[in-house]
Amino acid sequence: MVVSRRIVLTGPGIAWIMALLVIPCALLLVNSFFERGIYGGIDYIFTFENYARAIDPLYGEIFWNSARVAGITTLISLALGYPAAYCIALSPKRRQMALLILVMLPLWSNYLIRTYAWMVLLNGEGLINRSLIGLGLIEAPLPLLYNDFAIITGLTYAYVPFMILALFSSISKLAPELREASTDLGASPLMTFWRVTFPLTLPGIAAGCVFVFVLSIGNFVTPDLLGGGKRTMIGNLIYDQFLTARDWPFGSAIAAIVIFIMMALLTLQAVLINRRDRDEKTV
Amino acid sequence: MSRNPIQAWLSAHLLLVYVFLYGPILVLVALSFNKAGMPNVWTGLSLHWYGELFANEKIIAAVGNSLFIAFAATLISTVIGTLLAMGIEERRPRIATEALIAAPMIIPDIVMAISLLSFYSLIKLTLGSHSVILSHSAFMISFVCAVVRTRFKHFDRSIIEASIDLGAGEFTTFRRVTLPVIAPGVIAAALLGFTLSFDEFIIAYFTSGPSSASITFPMQIYAMIRFGVTPDVNAVATIVMLVSFFLIFLSQRINREVEA
Repeated sequence: MVVSRRIVLTGPGIAWIMALLVIPCALLLVNSFFERGIYGGIDYIFTFENYARAIDPLYGEIFWNSARVAGITTLISLALGYPAAYCIALSPKRRQMALLILVMLPLWSNYLIRTYAWMVLLNGEGLINRSLIGLGLIEAPLPLLYNDFAIITGLTYAYVPFMILALFSSISKLAPELREASTDLGASPLMTFWRVTFPLTLPGIAAGCVFVFVLSIGNFVTPDLLGGGKRTMIGNLIYDQFLTARDWPFGSAIAAIVIFIMMALLTLQAVLINRRDRDEKTV
Repeated sequence: MSRNPIQAWLSAHLLLVYVFLYGPILVLVALSFNKAGMPNVWTGLSLHWYGELFANEKIIAAVGNSLFIAFAATLISTVIGTLLAMGIEERRPRIATEALIAAPMIIPDIVMAISLLSFYSLIKLTLGSHSVILSHSAFMISFVCAVVRTRFKHFDRSIIEASIDLGAGEFTTFRRVTLPVIAPGVIAAALLGFTLSFDEFIIAYFTSGPSSASITFPMQIYAMIRFGVTPDVNAVATIVMLVSFFLIFLSQRINREVEA
């Protein structure tokens, strides 16, 4: 009786997710081992060719470029996010929720519109260039839009809230007594941060970095809109293979590699956190 | 002694982060009231672009289509997601189940988009608004389930048993006992899901097919901004953002009120 009731309740949800997520993802993996059909379909002939092609230097450069852009975005988000999360964690409990909601709110608005706002700000006639010219700091507009700088700015803007949330959950768990003890024992604030706060918040740092990196590396909208489509990133490559070149098996293989990178990073993060927990218990 | 200056620096930094987060949005809102002409030079206050907006049939049609998709997907995912939350909360779920339910929230949009496109193509499903509804409902279920589950945190299960002991049937118990407790969570989840669907671009872009009848609002925006800044986007962006913020704010409020 209890079992059947549970099945009635969870059955539809599980079935829905199985049919529209698990099976399609499995299909993607299967397709990545087949050949491309002449007219853009799939020929069911087994091959490793798609993976071999993906590590070809031509595509290797796209992977490298995406990893570089995503990496820089992650580091800037960390540098911006850590002090912000720290500050929220230090503020009175009553105000923390409001401060966090303010961080999250932009996430719930249209991603394209938020990206478009940066097109308006960064273009040659945009607010930033006009202000700089108005102040006499520069004479000709700076090339702010349609390059890596614009892509990294847009990605940081979009994903820094995730970083702050991950860091906050880690920093807020930290007992203030630990910092006080360190200060009482004569450590400078910098020393306290470096030897106490920073190591103890590593799980949050790892989680935030994995989030931002994975979201950035698969993004195709921002490189397309802010990079002007000049710089191809992995997301754009997948997009092209599916909608332009119509080589679905190759596109599937690249997507499978992205998933693999994501899984590897998530596992690494989980292992790091587990080891930390174990260390803490033995201390 | 050295604590206060550090805290002052941190507060200043946090303030700058908020400026970074909200500055671009505010600039866009301000420019939507710009008189005319250039998208980024201030020429005076006007509602010109709002007038243009309501004359733009393409945008109106795309908004209508997105509303339809969001309503349908919200309906499906709220029912299934709520049932899922109820079932999951009856007994401690296995880690595999937890992972499965969280997966749609974690998977990158583009991967979900192309895997669904491949799947629909395999089962020969014609693409259109209905396939976008299916796709959206798949990830919305996870969000709905997560929000509704928060209501069960302080839920005393013995009142369900009490209700059944007193002779109420399964359905009456649900309607009179469980539902009133979780209702704020269900409404909040529906509002959240609706916003997510209305603003979702990538999955809709891949699974909506070639018909112009299935163009959603974000797809229309994408087509407009792909080749540079255009002033007519500012007004619609402002309206959509304000509505999104309002719905999220409402969702937060509803889900909190009863807790207190």
